[in-house]
Amino acid sequence: MSSIRDCGLTACGWALADLVAPAAAGRPGALLRRIFDSDLWWSFRRSPVTVAAAIVAFVLIASSLLAPWIAPHDPFNLASLNLLDAEHPPAWLAGGSWRFPLGTDQEGRDMLSAILYGSRLSLLVGFPAVLVSMVLGVTLGLVAGWRGGLIDTVIMRVADVELSFPAILVALLIDGVARGVLPRGIHNEIASYVVIAAIALSFWVHYARTVRASTLVERDKEYIQAARVIGVRPAKILFGHLLPNVIGPVLVVATINLALAILTEATLSFLGVGLPPTRPSLGTLIRNGNDYLMSGDWWISLFPGAALAALILSVNLLGDWLRDAFNPKLR
Amino acid sequence: MTEPLLRVENLRVELPGRRGVVTAIDDVSFAVAPGEVLGIVGESGAGKSLTGAAIIGLLEPPLHLVGGRIAFAGRRIDNLPGEAMRRIRGRQIGMIFQDPLTSLNPLYTIGRQLIETIRTHLDLAPASARERALALLHEVGIAGAERRLYQYPHQFSGGMRQRIVIALAIAANPRLIIADEPTTALDVSIQAQIIALLQRLSRNSGAAVVLISHDMGLIAETAHRVAVMYAGRVVEIGPVREIISHPRHPYTRGLMNAIPRIGGGRDRLCQIEGAMPRLGEIPAGCPFGPRCAEASDACRRWRPQLLPAAGTDAACWLYARMPAPTGEVVNG
Amino acid sequence: MADPAPLLRVEDLRHHFDVTLPAVARLLRRTPRARLKAVDGVSFSIRRGETFALVGESGCGKSTLARLVVGLYRPSSGRVLFAGRDLARPQSRREATALRRHLQMIFQDPYASLNPRWRVRRIVAEPLRTHRLVPNSAALRERVAELLAQVRLSPADAEKFPHEFSGGQRQRISIARALASNPEFLVCDEPTSALDVSVQAQILDLMKTLQHRLDLTYLFISHNLAVIYQMADRVGVMYLGRLIEIADAEQLFAVPRHPYTRLLLETIPCIDAVGRERAPAGGEVPNPLDPPAGCSFHPRCRFANERCRREPPELLDLDGSLVACHAAAEGRLPPTVAGSSCSTIA
Repeated sequence: MSSIRDCGLTACGWALADLVAPAAAGRPGALLRRIFDSDLWWSFRRSPVTVAAAIVAFVLIASSLLAPWIAPHDPFNLASLNLLDAEHPPAWLAGGSWRFPLGTDQEGRDMLSAILYGSRLSLLVGFPAVLVSMVLGVTLGLVAGWRGGLIDTVIMRVADVELSFPAILVALLIDGVARGVLPRGIHNEIASYVVIAAIALSFWVHYARTVRASTLVERDKEYIQAARVIGVRPAKILFGHLLPNVIGPVLVVATINLALAILTEATLSFLGVGLPPTRPSLGTLIRNGNDYLMSGDWWISLFPGAALAALILSVNLLGDWLRDAFNPKLR
Repeated sequence: MTEPLLRVENLRVELPGRRGVVTAIDDVSFAVAPGEVLGIVGESGAGKSLTGAAIIGLLEPPLHLVGGRIAFAGRRIDNLPGEAMRRIRGRQIGMIFQDPLTSLNPLYTIGRQLIETIRTHLDLAPASARERALALLHEVGIAGAERRLYQYPHQFSGGMRQRIVIALAIAANPRLIIADEPTTALDVSIQAQIIALLQRLSRNSGAAVVLISHDMGLIAETAHRVAVMYAGRVVEIGPVREIISHPRHPYTRGLMNAIPRIGGGRDRLCQIEGAMPRLGEIPAGCPFGPRCAEASDACRRWRPQLLPAAGTDAACWLYARMPAPTGEVVNG
Repeated sequence: MADPAPLLRVEDLRHHFDVTLPAVARLLRRTPRARLKAVDGVSFSIRRGETFALVGESGCGKSTLARLVVGLYRPSSGRVLFAGRDLARPQSRREATALRRHLQMIFQDPYASLNPRWRVRRIVAEPLRTHRLVPNSAALRERVAELLAQVRLSPADAEKFPHEFSGGQRQRISIARALASNPEFLVCDEPTSALDVSVQAQILDLMKTLQHRLDLTYLFISHNLAVIYQMADRVGVMYLGRLIEIADAEQLFAVPRHPYTRLLLETIPCIDAVGRERAPAGGEVPNPLDPPAGCSFHPRCRFANERCRREPPELLDLDGSLVACHAAAEGRLPPTVAGSSCSTIA
């Protein structure tokens, strides 16, 4: 009976933090052994969908991060673009060539390179956005759950108000304000930061709510009381004791939010209020391609769209698996 | 010698897991006579709750029965299909669970739950079922039953809720009641009331009771016979007086000595070194061997069966008459 | 020579929880403000080196009292004096932290009282770090190993996580942590209630040994009278937030005075009373939100009279025991019947 409980406790909730511990203690070999021995890995291996999703995600993410080195052309270098190369179809169709495997867009950019660089941009905006919103949301959730009272009420009401707006709208609002306030030149420079901020400020609420709920539960547990009896300062209790115990669901939400962040950035760019068009992300590419769909140049829109869909789907599936792997009742 | 009401023979329950198959209940045998109260006592992880669940057919998968047989009133019940078992459960065999809070559905009135149970097992019209429900509430000692039929579980205290659970268990006049830690979640002064109730009901209706508990004091006052479980096996079984005053098995002896009692000296309680092995780590031979002061070589190699030990039956090589080299015991 | 001044003194301690419904619900249902009087005027003192036990059933307030003594709650009124200093009003922040070193707590649930994400070393070292009791990490390791050995665990256990241990072992880790700052006073809130009998024996034995070796004082809380019999020097019985009897352990078990104490002793299942016929007293602990007037035990008491229904009794000295009972004070209680409870059997 106790072994059943041990199974539940050991891997399900906290495998990630667990696995990192030996590495932190300076024993990476032990870390690898623990990874492959853990229940998490076992449930991963058993699900072909998850393995496939992981492979796809890995390939997409790795290749886009390595874009500057593996892309055949540089789509952001305006000087290298040649209008004569414009609107070539993909290589396997008539009129295409293997110099541009997936064809070119209306300005002569190689689609493959554009997709690689564009995904990179999307990820470079998506990851930090998720990170910032996580830090912000987790901290506010911890404080709200721990202190209770007025602070809790204020934070939660702000969160409620924000949740009543669709995330896109919030992001649009922040972006629009930034555009209005900053002169055009500076805005283009820091466009990605504005987008990151916009996404972060609309997503923090999810983390705050989850963390607050978990904090309310953990706060009355006896190990927290023990820390208070010992005389540990509240800040240390919050980040030393509570944080590791409430972070589990947050990681799952973060994975799913990554997909959402990329999609939001793509939407903003599609709407024309995200990143500037000279450095197109996936969303911008899709937008640009939209204008050419009717004239038959379907590849300008389809391939970036497919790449975006593949990326989001694989990350979402990974997030699903993570959530199920953490749920002891489903095992 | 009357035919036992319940006969469990060589019961074996396994739990398949990632790291292999683990035996949760290993070759457990005992019998319960009609009207008798059999106590099953043991510490956590010994398998006593699982035994109760196995008898009534409520093992949670992936736990499953792999060997042995369970016979109720002469009929085999461990291999019955789901529907047949469902008819026996509740009608012939009633169950009382540990936590009255979760045993009752919080969304329905207790009257509705009682009447539903009665009508499921006894073919009664609604009016007669209601009469019976009132009679049951009265029998378990709930005053103002008329009014309370329409109340919800949360409007009762813990002791009252447990009484309602008992009423549900005896609603169809079962011949066997399995009570799994019925008083653990209750206050001390309420425990006494519930136990007196169980005793009275058992005597009045002639139902046999299998009382599962870790509280030896409870068993002492209520049971006629006791089975002591350790690591999924029965290590000793016998009349309760004998088990308490003259335990034969070293584990039972250690257990009795470790229980704090009022009266007598306040010197150190005897301890048993070590801890009960986890399910996947049960040693070969006698499971208590590593912790036993009197363990011999035979204990490490061969697993003892229940052997007669002058008053009780103990699964211990100390009581073998003539252990043959192969470990078989020849009982003279 | 034992220090005559008490190490811990509790003076007329009261604590209530505001359980009023939120404003809107209250208006809609027209219910008044509700207060749960968890601890309702408790006073006692504990001498150095003694084990004082608090016994009572659920809702009696013993857990709340434990948390008041150790400083987790601030009392609504009354004082807790530790070595003469008021816990709730320390002179300075430094004094408040310093007091924490001397007064520690062991909790009931061995699974919830250790942070599941921390290794044992970090758990046991937390008081050492908080109060800066060791100069460097080598000394820390040594001290942690020492503390673990003291509770009969091996120093190698410092690298493991709590879930790798059994309930009894986790409770030992709890004890090691509580002793890390060399406290003088330990509040033990049902430390063995969640443990098996044989493990309980080990832990109680360990606690007794440590008490002698380290000159500790215990406030021991339990609902199990047999355990209290083994451990306590003096016993206080609580009912609905009040202390109704305080006596030396031997005296309490041999000659229980208060009717509730007698009820407790009569109703606990006794292993030596095989097949005992019972006629247990009826009634249950009343709702603490709505306690009876006068003596809170009077609805269940055979000896209740008009005065009991009106006037809550004070703790009065009766042959060395303090008893809060009008019947006892007026001499209306019959002497204890032999054979009616565990202590009087055999």
